[in-house]
Amino acid sequence: MDLLYKIFLDPFVQMGGAPDLLVQTLWEGLVAGVLYSLIALGFVLIFKASGVFNFAQGIMVVFAALTLVGLYEHGVPAFLALAITIAVMFGLAIAVERLMLRPLVNQPDIILFMATFGLTYFLIGFGELVFGGDPKIMITEELFLPKGAIDLKMLGGFVSLQKIDIAAAIIASIMVAGLAVFFQRTRIGRALRAVADSHKAALSVGISLEQIWVVVWFAAGIVALATGIMWGARSNVSFALEIIALKALPVLILGGFTSIPGAIVGGVIIGVGEKMGEFYWGPLLGSGIESWLAYFIALVFLLFRPQGLFGEKIIERI
Amino acid sequence: MRERGKIDVAAGEVLLSVENVSLSFGGVKALAEISFDIRKGEIRAIIGPNGAGKTSMLNVVNGFYQPQHGIITFKGKARSKMRPHEAAAGGIARTFQNVALFRGMSALDNILAGRTLTMHANFFWQLIRFGPALKEEIEHRHRVEEIIDFLEIPHIRKVPVGRLPYGLQKRVELGRALAMEPDLLLLDEPMAGMNLEEKEDMSRFILDVNNSFGTTIALIEHDMGVVMDLSDRVLVLDYGRKIADGTPDQVKANQAVIDAYLGVAH
Repeated sequence: MDLLYKIFLDPFVQMGGAPDLLVQTLWEGLVAGVLYSLIALGFVLIFKASGVFNFAQGIMVVFAALTLVGLYEHGVPAFLALAITIAVMFGLAIAVERLMLRPLVNQPDIILFMATFGLTYFLIGFGELVFGGDPKIMITEELFLPKGAIDLKMLGGFVSLQKIDIAAAIIASIMVAGLAVFFQRTRIGRALRAVADSHKAALSVGISLEQIWVVVWFAAGIVALATGIMWGARSNVSFALEIIALKALPVLILGGFTSIPGAIVGGVIIGVGEKMGEFYWGPLLGSGIESWLAYFIALVFLLFRPQGLFGEKIIERI
Repeated sequence: MRERGKIDVAAGEVLLSVENVSLSFGGVKALAEISFDIRKGEIRAIIGPNGAGKTSMLNVVNGFYQPQHGIITFKGKARSKMRPHEAAAGGIARTFQNVALFRGMSALDNILAGRTLTMHANFFWQLIRFGPALKEEIEHRHRVEEIIDFLEIPHIRKVPVGRLPYGLQKRVELGRALAMEPDLLLLDEPMAGMNLEEKEDMSRFILDVNNSFGTTIALIEHDMGVVMDLSDRVLVLDYGRKIADGTPDQVKANQAVIDAYLGVAH
């Protein structure tokens, strides 16, 4: 009885007893979720256009952030460094298309997937060679990102909102809305979806695979840069950031690999679920459930809705 | 036999000519020194038993395969190597034997995808979907609606094509190729797997496309009745070699063709 009480009643009593804490937890979950969504977005872009799960998305986040900070440390003004970083991500997109995707065209997806592993380890090595392995501090102030917190007095207590988190939420929302319209309603967006569906048919209507791949990898690079800046501002810029990419997996399973809105909703569900679970139910299991709860949720989802919340249902005529 | 008599094929200028094209995969010779031409405005059939190299021939024409030998001249420009999207940009559209549509997209979006090459608004405008990009979308949508009406498929406009029956998928695929406003339309077995009624519909569309838009068509087909009715000239392949080339009547009477189709006692 005692255990059942602790699982089913006590957490809600706590929530009711201290609503300000509840709001604080929800907010933190939301922010973490938005950042997960950003990473997931990078995956979705590439998956939609090439059917490839890009394992290197995590390291691209680190690489973009490192390039930005590294350039600044070498005396490049912040906004010039930002522009150069964007150019570097464009260069990376071209290099990936030329050296990795083009020679592997018409190969099975698993081969391309393995190639993204190769890219990951290349970027780790190359990044360490150029920028060193030490954690760096993100240049938030120089990029005019807000700092500090807003304390809201509400519900008989305080809720503290970090301004950088608010900025992250706004930037992520804008990126998502823009990409959704772009994908759904424009020529290039349609071409991207066409390539995802059938390479040969896309070629036959005159879509250049090379061009499309550069566009998606560049878009994924920009998303990676935004993610890198936001995550970097919360912790540090280091290679350890790469593993947050794995958090994108449950987000993708939840939201569907092909859906941009799905990446957002999935991210928020995972983020909020994690924080709530950790705070209210965590003590029952000796804490630390934040690290696995997301995967657990994803597994349950796979059982009941394998295409995710918003994924395209696979239609197969037999 | 065609009684349309609209196009004087003999006088039509050569749109595409293929000279001594050979293609092999490892040790397998898919095409051996094939030469033929397609004249402007005609319907050209390519026939032959299974494995004769018909689809390989189309793949060479639209750049999916690069032949090891030979020259292809299209609209007066000779080339030995061409990529598929360049062929498309040059005015060659095609459909596929086993329907290659964008399955997750609606019929409308599939056909709109065929307009890719004719749309020009730049990346920036498209990113915000405003100004020229929006104007362009509306214009092309208009053109696509005409094609949809022409093919009599307005009711399936918004349906994801993966859900459509096979006959309609083939029609959407034809629509996508037409949206490119091609000079040369390659149809790979447009009537495979269709019932009689669907075949009649498709034959009508092919003739209409040829008549009203003057589009040159090369088609692969197994149904001899259809081939003889539709085409101006017929090319016959067998084991990667050309065994006959001429009007339907000439081909029908050709001994090599009869042997290839019926087998011959050795």
